[in-house]
Amino acid sequence: MTVILNQSFTGISIGAVLLLIALGLTLTFGQMGVINMAHGEFIMTGAYTTYVLQKSISNAGVSLLVALPVAFLVAGAMGALLEWLLIRRLYTRPLDTLLVTWGVSLMLQQLARDVFGAPNVQTHAPDLLTGNISMGGVTFASSRLFILGLALLSVLALTIVLRLTPLGRRIRAVVQNRDLAEVSGIATGRVDRVTFFIGSGLAGVAGVALTLVGPIGPTMGTNYIVDAFLVVVVGGIGQLKGSVLTAFALGVLQSVLEYSTTVSVAKVIVLVAIVAFLQWRPQGLYTLRTRSLA
Amino acid sequence: MSGLSISRRGLLAGISAVGASAALSACGAKTGEGSSTDAAGASADTSGSTVKVGLLNSLSGTMAISEVTVHNALLLAIKEINAAGGVLGKKLKAVSQDGASDWPTFAEKAEALIKDDKVAATFGCWTSASRKAVKPVFERYKSPLFYPVQYEGLEESPYIFYIGATTNQQIVPALDYLKKQGLTKLYLVGSDYVFPRTANKIIKAYAKAKGMTVVGEDYAPLGSTEFGTIVNKVKDSGADAVFNTLNGDSNVAFFKEYKSSGLTAKSMPVLSVSIAEEEVKSIGTQYLQDQLTAWNYYETTPGAANTKFVAAYQAEYGKDKPTSDPMEAAYISVYLWKAMVEKAGSFDVAKVKAASDGITFDAPEGKVTVDGASQHVYKTARIGKVGADGLITEVWNSGGPIKPDPYLKGYDWASGLS
Repeated sequence: MTVILNQSFTGISIGAVLLLIALGLTLTFGQMGVINMAHGEFIMTGAYTTYVLQKSISNAGVSLLVALPVAFLVAGAMGALLEWLLIRRLYTRPLDTLLVTWGVSLMLQQLARDVFGAPNVQTHAPDLLTGNISMGGVTFASSRLFILGLALLSVLALTIVLRLTPLGRRIRAVVQNRDLAEVSGIATGRVDRVTFFIGSGLAGVAGVALTLVGPIGPTMGTNYIVDAFLVVVVGGIGQLKGSVLTAFALGVLQSVLEYSTTVSVAKVIVLVAIVAFLQWRPQGLYTLRTRSLA
Repeated sequence: MSGLSISRRGLLAGISAVGASAALSACGAKTGEGSSTDAAGASADTSGSTVKVGLLNSLSGTMAISEVTVHNALLLAIKEINAAGGVLGKKLKAVSQDGASDWPTFAEKAEALIKDDKVAATFGCWTSASRKAVKPVFERYKSPLFYPVQYEGLEESPYIFYIGATTNQQIVPALDYLKKQGLTKLYLVGSDYVFPRTANKIIKAYAKAKGMTVVGEDYAPLGSTEFGTIVNKVKDSGADAVFNTLNGDSNVAFFKEYKSSGLTAKSMPVLSVSIAEEEVKSIGTQYLQDQLTAWNYYETTPGAANTKFVAAYQAEYGKDKPTSDPMEAAYISVYLWKAMVEKAGSFDVAKVKAASDGITFDAPEGKVTVDGASQHVYKTARIGKVGADGLITEVWNSGGPIKPDPYLKGYDWASGLS
């Protein structure tokens, strides 16, 4: 029984990481149709931001908390800059965004290598997050609980912004009908930029969380980018609830399969399952049917 | 006029013929059917006052982290040898080629070093994949490669000198050590490629013969950062210790997960064979403290030769730069080659090879001797413990150099391995 509980928690924590990295993509890929290969590098930006902050703030806990908003702003600003420089010229050519942002991603990796060096760096997690909480034989790693909380909080914040604020209404209007939105007096160009800012900023937040899990390096983003796209595609493009559900489902599926087979076999089975699922439901778990997006 | 009118079919045939012959010649160059002129053109040029030696390391890409340190150690040895008068009165000139962490590139660069630069010897490679890629090149041109990293054994090449440990100088002593500590139930965790899988095959054969049990075995893809399930399995397995053959970045994620799941070096020690001082630094000492490693050399290994090596390295590259086992092996490989050349009195490869048996060197790891038959080196095995300062201190050694046995012929339990 404890094995099942332990594994379920592992699955949920894998799901939380997936959700965090996919959340930004739900906006930029899902809602705006931009295949942003540089999303992984915005994650990397968030992670390096955490690293830089920890160099100046010695208290690990404080620096982690400061890193969350700062990484959001830094990665967000980079995303907005990318949107302004390149992507806004390519909204009608989604496949070109793939090539362009892939080039940008390679440049950002090289930049990171020049600035921080090729070897990976690491941050010190606050003591509170290196331990675990044990309950009835089940071990909850504190860092994983923190990431889970962060993921749920991010979903909540994004939902509130999309559903309840004027900005959210404008974003949804632009996504559904750009021309009509423009005619109604919405500055669609600015809405695009803000949407990209939020999506990229969320990647930065994911980067902060990932410093608790693995190494910080120039290519760390590439490890996650495929998984992130999978979550968004399977969840249904542009569907927040689809991404949330898919992330946790894939996390649990992955961890259950890993336990009964091996890591590599589990990855293969998950991919096959995804292909089969998309044959059956090419549009993903949820589709854009109503006017509501989130 | 008629000479210029070519039918479309004829044109296509012509183009494809050109393409095919180009492809064929490219294949020939890669897979080894070199013509006699190639081999003749490949002989080392030692006529001038300098002799070129090739350095073949990944200076970019995912392996650069480790291989740049090896490159640095090679350059240091060459600089020292030149300052002391060179080899047979000739100064060495290092020609560096970047293998770029890409195995076909390694093969191309190896060929360029031998054919274009006419190097007398080449030093380098790290991963087994890169070594396997260049092996036919060095064999075809009959040019020597000095390989500095511990590896999975079960290989011999007449043109490769293996200066790092083979399995009976690292993995087998590590198992002996664990057994002596009463840690007999092992969990094997490794990256999913040739070295860990071969190493674990050997470990399982050993365990079966010596009354140890392997309670679990798991592989993660290279670069994988999700170890929640593996650590859960390890925790539930009731193992006494983990034998870790993970490579590279995955170690960071693995040890972070290990610590946060509540496992410690006390409750279940991890013995790693691919984590040296440089890796300890990048993974983070707090995650590795008191865990075990198996190597032939540590920065803390006592002895005048090592004190001199560490001081020289840090004077060249910075006070905070650690030295490690593969760096040390790279450093001594140049000295061993020098001793072979001087004993042979010639740079001629056949004579150098013939002179190699019994060459000794007072290395930072202690005295090493070349075994001419296998072209491996007698090395002392050392188990170390990671300290709070990130350095590794020895807790056990084999008491003296162990004869290299790449095919484990001297071990009954290993008879089924190949």
